[in-house]
Amino acid sequence: MTSRIEVTSSGSHWDTAAFKRRLRRRRAAEKRFKWYGIGAVLLGIFFVLMLFFSIAINGVGAFWQTQIQLDIYFDPTEISEANLYSANYGKLVKQAMYSQFPEVTKRKEKRQLSRMVSVGSDVMLQNLVTADPSIVGTTRSLWFPIDDSFDMLYKNDFGRNSNKGGAGLISKNQLGWFDTLVEQGKIESRFNKRYFTAGDSREPELAGLRGALMGSFFTILVTLAISFPVGVAAACYLEEFAPRNKFTDFIEININNLAAVPSVVFGLLGLAVFINFFGLPRSVPLVGGLVLSLMTIPTIIIAGRAALRAVPPSIREGALALGASKTQTVIQEVVPLAMPGMLTGTIIGIAQALGETAPLLMIGMVAFIVDVPGGPLDPSTVLPVQIFLWADSPERAFLEKTSGAILILLAFLIAMNIVAVIMRRRFERRW
Amino acid sequence: MTGWTLVLLVLALSSVFYFLAKRRSLRVATTVGGIHKLHSAPRYYGLVAALLFAVPAMLVLGVWLSIDQNIVLKIVLTEYFPELNWESQVDVNWLTSQIQILAQTGRLENIENSEVLNAAADRYQYLTSLSETLRNASVLALGAIVSFIFILFISARLKARPIAETLIQCLLIFSSLIAIFTTIGIVLSVLFEAISFFRIIPFTEFMFGLEWSPQIAIREDQVGSSGLFGSIPLFTGTLLIAAVAMTVAVPVGLLSAIYLAEYASPNVRSFAKPALEILAGVPTVVYGFFAALVVAPYLSDFGAYFGLDIAHESALAAGVVMGIMIIPFVSSLSDDVITALPQSIREASLACGATKSETIKKVVFPAALPGIVGALLLAISRAIGETMIVLMAAGLAAKLTANPLESVTTVTVQIVTLLVGDQEFDNPKTLAAFALGLTLFVATLVLNMTALYIVRKYSEQYD
Repeated sequence: MTSRIEVTSSGSHWDTAAFKRRLRRRRAAEKRFKWYGIGAVLLGIFFVLMLFFSIAINGVGAFWQTQIQLDIYFDPTEISEANLYSANYGKLVKQAMYSQFPEVTKRKEKRQLSRMVSVGSDVMLQNLVTADPSIVGTTRSLWFPIDDSFDMLYKNDFGRNSNKGGAGLISKNQLGWFDTLVEQGKIESRFNKRYFTAGDSREPELAGLRGALMGSFFTILVTLAISFPVGVAAACYLEEFAPRNKFTDFIEININNLAAVPSVVFGLLGLAVFINFFGLPRSVPLVGGLVLSLMTIPTIIIAGRAALRAVPPSIREGALALGASKTQTVIQEVVPLAMPGMLTGTIIGIAQALGETAPLLMIGMVAFIVDVPGGPLDPSTVLPVQIFLWADSPERAFLEKTSGAILILLAFLIAMNIVAVIMRRRFERRW
Repeated sequence: MTGWTLVLLVLALSSVFYFLAKRRSLRVATTVGGIHKLHSAPRYYGLVAALLFAVPAMLVLGVWLSIDQNIVLKIVLTEYFPELNWESQVDVNWLTSQIQILAQTGRLENIENSEVLNAAADRYQYLTSLSETLRNASVLALGAIVSFIFILFISARLKARPIAETLIQCLLIFSSLIAIFTTIGIVLSVLFEAISFFRIIPFTEFMFGLEWSPQIAIREDQVGSSGLFGSIPLFTGTLLIAAVAMTVAVPVGLLSAIYLAEYASPNVRSFAKPALEILAGVPTVVYGFFAALVVAPYLSDFGAYFGLDIAHESALAAGVVMGIMIIPFVSSLSDDVITALPQSIREASLACGATKSETIKKVVFPAALPGIVGALLLAISRAIGETMIVLMAAGLAAKLTANPLESVTTVTVQIVTLLVGDQEFDNPKTLAAFALGLTLFVATLVLNMTALYIVRKYSEQYD
């Protein structure tokens, strides 16, 4: 710098105009920079809120289902002891529907009318009759789920203005009947029990999450059963017993690396090793759990080692001084003290595994499965994969179902993380 | 008896052997004059017996379960279908599934039951049950024999505790080797399939080809399905989306890390840091849904308003959402690096008259740079390995373009789409996924290693 320093009458350059200008500029830059930071933080928090709100607004509707009240006459001429499982239950529903609107006579209009009730209604009737055959001959007032396009119509008027009468859309007639039924109070939004008790379905109004929830449960059970003991054992060995040499360094590099390997690559491993080489069946929670535990083990090992390191050496020295062997010291003194930290790490690892999707797609857990799985060897899907499948479905009603499933998944994850935080606060010891 | 009940039985029996050995050691103790004359406490004798029962039993069970299906099928197929072409995966898989369905349900839908198939299914059923019986017998017998021999040898001078501790050590070592087995498993499974892919498609064509269309024509005259495996469009697509993601994540993540580390009061920090880290805990499928069904339609409408033609499955939507996902990586890792710097360097700068922002820009940031570069490399590796967001929001068409408003595809999307559904391990289409997996694995490995290397090499020691 060769610039001359101005000196004013007071003999100082601190109150020259140029100095003041410079200072003003620097202070403005300071303020600006701080606001950039605040802006970045606010933007990040805005993203969090936007993510949660957009899903919550879409998803709340999934827990309610528009239903229609019909008086069903269990016609003894249709149902007999012999054909409990093969009677034409669909006809009963149709007749109840026609009796609502006796003025409808044309065949085409009748078909439109009967399409307003969900196609799953006959199965519901069959289940009622087979559970209690004595209701044959009586008339019951029952609630049935309504077809998904009318569900959308009732919930947010979707489709009212696009009634061209084409396939899949709502016709003018149907719209009129629907409004009449609403006026009569025969249509109501009720709690969607099926959403929690049924398996998957191609019909949005019949689709439920039970299959995916059970699949996730079994998968996570397998993951936990494998990754927790292995992770804790490995952490103990590496932190407490292992000598410092090239080999243990290599194991450590491996573990850190595995924690950063993309999840699809684990899917490739599962496909090539468990399914193709060992011949394990496809689409089953056992294989899913194996793959996920390989992904979770590094997380548990890293958390477990940190927890073991936090136990002060005085504990070990005390135990050794009293004559305990090295193994006794570690198993009876150190591990119990490190357990809260290890469990916290395990919960966080399991929460990650619960949200994992990509590797499970490749081992076939993406199949359309209606039955609710009963064990780790039944074909099944898991909650995140169900979200992926539903998000791909063209029906608008599945948008709501998908968001609802995401809300449930997030609720599980938040609950697990809260447990982890509470455990850390409660059991964390300062030495 | 299924595998599960066998596992439970093994566990139950190992506790039985625990008590047997313990009781025997106690009896031995009375003959030599009290428990204190034994080398080890009685529970160690029990522990060794239980371990000696359970470990060999589980090992045999594991090996048996992993190979018995293959052996049984091989026997059945060679016996009944001597003319079967083993090279053709399709034929083998088809026959296998037919036999299995027949054996389980007793009938086949759509297909006439042939004599041979029926006989094969019967044989399969017989061999499966035979293998199961043999398995149960050998698992239990081996464990029982080993454990029983140990019990016979129990004496006052038998050093049970060191034996038990050695066994436990072996189990611990085995557990920590699983990380290595996993890495080896990944490398071998990906490498072998990739090598058989490069036998069919030359390596140069894969690495430098400009056209990707993995569908292979079933009929000769089919158009546009020639099976081209040039992966350059996939690499550019991946890099394009990762670049969009980084332009979102780097400024937001870095600036919020600086603000939280340097300016924010402890109260703000304790609220804002976990709030940002929520983003790291959200499953990627949720981001995928958000990108495909919330952000993409909005961007598309927004673009139409300004006369821009934004594809519904644009790289922009996927990239922006991926950027949101990566923000907490950048911010947490950079925050750690910045807070780890000693306070003295800030104070020195402030004492020279620098403002806070000047201190940050000219002293703190350069000092933290190696760590930040490492964090950014890890974030890039995260971005190119991310699957669900791009699978749901980025489309399938392999286009060679640098325009983020268009639809592109990525390496991960292709891996998943090639492998969902039925796979044939003799078809280049399936094998291509493994070749892509190999490049992905190598790329992320190099990025992670470089990140670690930079952090180690360039971070100055201030202590």
